[in-house]
Amino acid sequence: MIDIKILSEPLNVELCTAKVQDDGAGGIVVFVGTVRNHTKGKTVRCLEFEAYESMAVSEMQKIAKTIEEKWNTYHVCMHHRVGSLGIQDIAVIIAVSCAHRKAAFEACQYAIDTLKQTVPIWKKEIFEDGEEWVSAHP
Amino acid sequence: MKLTLISYGIAKEILPAHKHEIDLPVHTIDELKSSLFKSYPALEKLQSISFAVNEEYREDSFSLSENDEVVIIPPVAGG
Repeated sequence: MIDIKILSEPLNVELCTAKVQDDGAGGIVVFVGTVRNHTKGKTVRCLEFEAYESMAVSEMQKIAKTIEEKWNTYHVCMHHRVGSLGIQDIAVIIAVSCAHRKAAFEACQYAIDTLKQTVPIWKKEIFEDGEEWVSAHP
Repeated sequence: MKLTLISYGIAKEILPAHKHEIDLPVHTIDELKSSLFKSYPALEKLQSISFAVNEEYREDSFSLSENDEVVIIPPVAGG
């Protein structure tokens, strides 16, 4: 099962974990990406996420299919939030289940690393004294 | 060629609008990119820039068709 969503409401770790449960799974790895309060020594007030939703879903599907083939995952759940997020809000959850833990760890790591490189989602950091699109400039 | 440009993230702040129509003598992504860099030099200063047509990333050599919707993708930063 592959469950991919872009959501404007708060994400739910328990829901994502439950979605990937399987009697054959010996390991579930869940990555939870949260908003931290600082970047490069500056205090972050909040983050604004936006997505090119249809393509973001399709790119996340590609990632899920790749890990399904490469690590034999039972289930993959990838939920990404959009909109304005405060400190410690959850921006992304990736949950995967596999027969064994090693594959689950590797699959989950590949999924978040690849998401950050290919999925058309952007975030703007709002500081006390300005704002900046993350990674936009060298 | 008539095209619809859609931009996100920082690109949306550089171009006139999230979505706008253009009519330019370009046939490939590469030619479109050069033309956009001339009109909007701030685009060239980005870490990277990619283009998508029909929800897929396209190479510079990709041939554009009349009325294509071209999405400008500045450096992504999900997660």
